[in-house]
Amino acid sequence: MSNKTKLIVLSIAALSLIMVFLFTDVKGNWDYIFRSRSEKIAAMVLTGCAIAASTVIFQTITNNRILTPSIIGFDSVYMLIQTFVVFIFGSTTLTMMNANVQFLVSVGFMVGFAVLLYSILFKQEEQTIYFLLLVGMIMGTFFQSVTSFMQFLIDPNEFFVIQDRMFASFNNMKTELLLVAGIVIALMIGYIVSYIRYLDVLSLGKEHAINLGVPYEKTVKRLLIVVAVLVSVSTALVGPITFLGFIVANVAYTFLQTYRHSYLLVGAMLFAIVALVGGQLVVERVFTFSTPLTVIVNLIGGIYFLYLLLRERKAW
Amino acid sequence: MKKLFILFVILAVASLFIGVQHISLADLLMLKADDVEVLIISRIPRLISIIIAGASMSICGLIMQQLSQNKFVSPTTAGTMDCARLGILVSLILFASAGPLLKVTVAFLFAFAGTMIFMRILEKVKYKDAIFIPLVGLMFGNIISSMTTFFAYKYNLIQSISSWLHGDFSMIIKGRYELLYLSVPLMIVAYMYANRFTIAGMGEEIATNLGLHYRSIVNVGLIIVAATSSVVVLTVGTLPFLGLIIPNLVTLYYGDHLEKVLPLTALSGAIFVLACDIFGRVVIYPYEIPIGLTVGVIGSGVFLYLLVRRRKQYV
Repeated sequence: MSNKTKLIVLSIAALSLIMVFLFTDVKGNWDYIFRSRSEKIAAMVLTGCAIAASTVIFQTITNNRILTPSIIGFDSVYMLIQTFVVFIFGSTTLTMMNANVQFLVSVGFMVGFAVLLYSILFKQEEQTIYFLLLVGMIMGTFFQSVTSFMQFLIDPNEFFVIQDRMFASFNNMKTELLLVAGIVIALMIGYIVSYIRYLDVLSLGKEHAINLGVPYEKTVKRLLIVVAVLVSVSTALVGPITFLGFIVANVAYTFLQTYRHSYLLVGAMLFAIVALVGGQLVVERVFTFSTPLTVIVNLIGGIYFLYLLLRERKAW
Repeated sequence: MKKLFILFVILAVASLFIGVQHISLADLLMLKADDVEVLIISRIPRLISIIIAGASMSICGLIMQQLSQNKFVSPTTAGTMDCARLGILVSLILFASAGPLLKVTVAFLFAFAGTMIFMRILEKVKYKDAIFIPLVGLMFGNIISSMTTFFAYKYNLIQSISSWLHGDFSMIIKGRYELLYLSVPLMIVAYMYANRFTIAGMGEEIATNLGLHYRSIVNVGLIIVAATSSVVVLTVGTLPFLGLIIPNLVTLYYGDHLEKVLPLTALSGAIFVLACDIFGRVVIYPYEIPIGLTVGVIGSGVFLYLLVRRRKQYV
């Protein structure tokens, strides 16, 4: 099978899952069901694309296949920023503030933070990948602890006002963000498309990329900003799903066996959509909501991660 | 040592007199019934459980680091805590009305099995990078705890589980903490075995050559670690990174002689938890912040510092 046919097969799978999700098992008011389901589908497609794209780009930049933005704690940074805003300005400002404005402010902070983190962590030479990974994971825990710490410092009454605004899931999404999120993701993906050839070269490593005439520093910094924006969008929409990016990116690499990012990116996005829509179908219709999707994704992803870590250590 | 001890006494006394119910020394001397009751029912149990939990978790970390010869292994970074939580959940589901002793037994069995599995994985990994091992351990813990969440969600036990996720001393009153006394004899055993742990840490071959039954020593160590962790998780909750940072900081200044360092580690662990607890009680007085969060923030911060620092020495 050539890569094109593989992608076509994948898109057919994704489309048919979406159709099954939309049109089967309809009981009650059709208009209402269709509306709420298509909102869910939109959110899943958007987050799937955002997570897949950000992970593939991040892994190309850092040149390894086990680091992902969420494993090293990018999405806990987003949570931290959200809480920090409430902590400083109080929950009334948050509820008064337009959801979109608040979202854009958080994204702004997030980008600044990502660039800072990058310059501290990845600039130093001679860092082994395990070191980065461990530091990243501990940083994730650190940010999470600081977040919950601040949440405790906030007046308990205020905290309940903001709690469900901060922790979304697929059953409790922030639909009011869908439009802005869609626009942002479309812009970012458009921007990525213009960088696809650079990405192919970047996957050869820093030295080769520079040799081949890629303006390394500038490109990496810009791509990292794109990653930060995409992570913020997906976290804002549905909350953190730690291992989704890891799973879809690695499955895409093994499935497509190519270095070309035009295929890899599309493939990973389609896998993400399949995983999310399929997973949500299973959760809703088989488990009848008895377990959240993120728990299943993290369980499978964690085992897969450990497996890759132990088995294929020599590969990187 | 002396300075540490004085600090410890000061903090312990302070801990007794901080709280919503005001107690002054003068009242106490006159033995006012109310105040004495507050002391006996709440303050003293709290103080004792802080001391025991802090000291025993730090010792656990020290033992694990000695046995695995890796400075970054601890109950938090080897999945022991997560396994103990899974065990508690299982005992909640299977034996709903179980007493604390049964719960702690099941938790212990899970924690022991989990730590054994982790140690086996370590033996399988031939090339031992100091950084790689805690990474595997944390991942292992993540998998276990997502299994816990899965079942907890299914049986509507998320709330009970999350109370074990963040350590909290505010629920400790007379009658609810006595289980912690179980770890006192374990600490004594640990002290008696200190020299043997040191030798076992040199590796199986050297230890056997020196006339030691390597396997049984390692097992004793793991049993102590698993039992203490389960007791602490069940009564207080998780104290993340405590077993990691305290032994590291102590051995940084006092060297690696286990028998000498062990009491110091216990003392510093108790001091650290006491200080964190007092801080958590004062900062949003009259409310309080659970100890798990304070320890989590400081603990992960110090761990990051240690990582970067050790790395620099390395390179």
